[in-house]
Amino acid sequence: MIASFSLILLCQLAGEALVRGLGLPMPGPVIGLMLLLLLLLLRDRFAVLARGPLQGDSVESTSRGLLTNLSLLFVPAGVGVVQKLDLIVDHGIAFLGVLAISVLITLLVTVATFLLASRLMTRGQQSP
Amino acid sequence: MSDNPFSLWVYLSQSPLLWLTVTLLVYAIADAVSIWTHRHPLANPVLHSMWIIGVFLKLTNTSYTTYFGGAQFVHFLLGPATVALAVPLYENRKVVASAILPMLVALAAGSVTAVASVVLLAEAAGLPREVVLSMAPKSVTAGVAMGISESLHADPSLTAVAVILTGIMGAITVTPLMNWMGITDFRARGFAVGIAAHGIGTARAFQVDAVAGVFAGIAMSLNALVTSLLVPLAVTFLLR
Repeated sequence: MIASFSLILLCQLAGEALVRGLGLPMPGPVIGLMLLLLLLLLRDRFAVLARGPLQGDSVESTSRGLLTNLSLLFVPAGVGVVQKLDLIVDHGIAFLGVLAISVLITLLVTVATFLLASRLMTRGQQSP
Repeated sequence: MSDNPFSLWVYLSQSPLLWLTVTLLVYAIADAVSIWTHRHPLANPVLHSMWIIGVFLKLTNTSYTTYFGGAQFVHFLLGPATVALAVPLYENRKVVASAILPMLVALAAGSVTAVASVVLLAEAAGLPREVVLSMAPKSVTAGVAMGISESLHADPSLTAVAVILTGIMGAITVTPLMNWMGITDFRARGFAVGIAAHGIGTARAFQVDAVAGVFAGIAMSLNALVTSLLVPLAVTFLLR
C-alpha cells in the first residue's frame, strides 16, 4: 500500500514538474493521471513492468480506496466557503439563482449533446 | 491532567490533531447518514459536513487558518485522488474508447454553455462586473478556477465560493433531473455532471454508478483544460 501510494505521488510529482518546467496550461495532477494510465497500459504490454505496486491489484486497490472517499477531500475547501458567507449575503439571491440556473442548463445541454452524438455515431456505424 | 480546562482547550484548538479529527468525524457521520438514506441527493455528505464544521468553528471562535492547519492533510489528497482517476479509466478503457466522439462533442457544447450561461445570466441579473468575472470559471476545479480568476483580475475567493456552491448544486440536482428526464445512459449522466459540477459532481457520480464516475472524472479533467482557454475568450466576446 505504501509502494502504491508512492507511485501515485511520483506520478503527481512528475506531472507538476512537467507543468512547471514546460509551462503547460493544465493542472499537474491531470498529467499525473495520464502518466499512471500510461504505466498501467504499458504493464499489460510488457510483463517486466508488472512488479512492485504495478503487480496484481496493488495500485488499483489503493486508488479505489482514495476515490471511495472523494467527497471527504472537498470538505476543507467547503468549510472555507461557510466562512465567506458574507460575500454571498452581499450579492444576495441573484448570485445563488444565477449559479443554480447555469448548472441546470449546463447539465441539460451536455447530456443532450452526448446522447445525440452517441446516437448519430451508432446509426453511422450501422448504415454502411 | 490539566487543572484548567480552558488551557487544555487552548492547547488542543491550536493543534492540527483536533481539526483533522473533527473533519474526519463529522464527515464519517454525514457519510453514514448518506448511506442510511440510500445516497439521497439532499443528504450530500460534503454539504452537511461543511456547514456543521463551519458552525462549530463560529461557535468556538476558531479562525479558518487554524482549522486548515489540521484539515490540510485531507485537502492535500485532492491531487493524488486526481491521479488515482487513472485506475477506473484504465479498467473501463473499452467503454471510454468507444465513446470518444460523443465525449468531445459534449465537452465543446458543455464547457461553452457553462461559461456563457453564467456570464450572460449574471449580466442580466445586474451583478457588478467584478462579480461576473469571478463567477465565469465556476464549473472547473477550485485550484484551476482561482488561477483563471486571478488572471482576469477578479476576486479568487469569490470564485472559490462560486465553484463550491456550483459543485454542491450540481451534485444535488443531477440524479433527480436525469431520472425525471428518463436518461438511463450513465456515460452521459456522468459526463454531464463532471462538466457542470467538477470534483464534487464526480464524487456524487461515483456514489451512483462506477461508469458514471469514470465519465465524470474525464469530463472534469478535460473541462479544466478547455475552460482555462475559453474564459478569457468568452469574457472578451460577451462583456463588450
